[in-house]
Amino acid sequence: MSDVLRRPGRIRLWIGDHLVLALGLLVLVYMFVPIAVVILMSFNDNSNSRNIYAFRGFTWDNWSNMCNPTGMCSAVGKSVQIGLLATVVAVILGTLAAFGMVRHSFKGKSAANLIVFLPMASPEIVLGSSLLALFVSSGNSNLLGFRAIFIAHVMFCLSFVIVTVKSRLSGMDANLEQAAMDLYANEWQTFWRVTFPLVLPGILGAAMLSFSLSFDDFIITNLTAGQTTTFPMFVYGASQRGVPMQVNVIGTIMFLVSITIVIGNELNNRRKARALAA
Amino acid sequence: MATAPAAVRPRRKLTGYWLILPAALWLGFFFVIPLYSLIANSLYDPDGSPLGGYEVTYHFGNFTDALEQYWKPLLRSLGYAGLATAFCLVLGYVLAYAIAFKAGKWRNLLLVLVIAPFFTSFLIRTLSWKLILADDGFIVNSLQAVHVLGPDDRLLATPFAVIAGLTYNFLPFMVLPLYASLEKIDGRLIEAAGDLYASPARAFFKVTLPLSMPGVVAGTLLTFIPAAGDYINADLLGNPNTRMVGNVIQDLFTSINDYAAAAALSVILMVVIISMVLVYVRKAGTEELV
Repeated sequence: MSDVLRRPGRIRLWIGDHLVLALGLLVLVYMFVPIAVVILMSFNDNSNSRNIYAFRGFTWDNWSNMCNPTGMCSAVGKSVQIGLLATVVAVILGTLAAFGMVRHSFKGKSAANLIVFLPMASPEIVLGSSLLALFVSSGNSNLLGFRAIFIAHVMFCLSFVIVTVKSRLSGMDANLEQAAMDLYANEWQTFWRVTFPLVLPGILGAAMLSFSLSFDDFIITNLTAGQTTTFPMFVYGASQRGVPMQVNVIGTIMFLVSITIVIGNELNNRRKARALAA
Repeated sequence: MATAPAAVRPRRKLTGYWLILPAALWLGFFFVIPLYSLIANSLYDPDGSPLGGYEVTYHFGNFTDALEQYWKPLLRSLGYAGLATAFCLVLGYVLAYAIAFKAGKWRNLLLVLVIAPFFTSFLIRTLSWKLILADDGFIVNSLQAVHVLGPDDRLLATPFAVIAGLTYNFLPFMVLPLYASLEKIDGRLIEAAGDLYASPARAFFKVTLPLSMPGVVAGTLLTFIPAAGDYINADLLGNPNTRMVGNVIQDLFTSINDYAAAAALSVILMVVIISMVLVYVRKAGTEELV
């Protein structure tokens, strides 16, 4: 057999090359189909129909009367409030812990790693039910509600913050700090002028992840919520009766906000990279 | 892990402990102790009630009772989660491979697009699937038109819909670790396999796939574990015969108020998952986790 025949022809190569890319893009399209439906449905005019499964006509009404469904906007507010609070606390505690775990040696490091890993490896239903079990069996059912949700959200966000900041920290070039010290910066200056700015993107990423985990959580929240209603709980409750179209408006806003942040961040990175290259 | 040069860390020995103390306390109080209390609950006297109070009577019968009554949803959960993980692995591998090796300068943008759906509420996206798979929806109508589905067949409220929902919802958890390990592969190794007359398929199975194993293991775990405990998909897209163990635990806790059985079932789920994970990680042979 000649060498030419043994190697795939150019056309086959081109197809092989682009087939994977095309299939990959198809998977990506699949990931966006439900979001496209959410955006479309946020403009659905179903004012005279109980059938939420059909597109009846275009309207801005859902957007202009966003807060019409009873309790929806207050549920969104509650979710934002819990999300911000839990994010701030989880990011502070998690960043401190990540520094401790990467920069310091201490006894029981592998135990600490395990404790951080376990909440991420446990199904949410187990995390939620154990918190509920604790609150009920210790006679503190009155804590269920805002406080319990906050406690639970900080708990499951912490692990993600620690892991994200840790990976940023351990991927950092330690020579930069060494250089700062060589140039007579003291420890404090080195930290705030060199270390912290370098870790900051990791911290911000962790904060974004925390907020979205918290804002989106249903399973754990539902078990610890008592009488409080967060936005996912509102959606779940509504799904049993008939979802108001305004839910899709909130979904669309969430999508737009997050995609603006991520794409803005990406553009910013490119600009920085270009500035560095120039 | 990078070790900082000695000059940067002449810290006092205790600083490390102080830094991790707050997080450790939080996880101790709100993860470890609750877990302990869940296990205690699972050993409650089954005759107690939330009003009358419970007693820990070391009633191990709770476990056998729970297994006897709920082995079906438990097995179903593992089966559905396993299938969804397999689908995620195939879809996720294609996507991660395309991004890592074929996307060129669009790499970062595509990665952003993988994460973007993740920031739009999980429940809203699942409800959106409910709409897409609905009985008079576009997909069902088209499939009926080409006689893949009979006139009365439906997609919604079937195991298919539940597994499809699980696959969809946990796909990003598969793509990201797969991408992370594919991206690290030195392309020259794959070229070398080609130079040594390996066919593209052979090069893939002998070089690329083994090198991406850490990503495969991490991705399958990150998909399987939450999928096995999930009950939203079964609830919104399934029917009473597709109930998963999460649905049962949720109901036992919130509407039936049988804390002993609920806790026992939770503990069983946790133990089953942890033992499956341990066996799997040992078989797959990567020590990069934990």
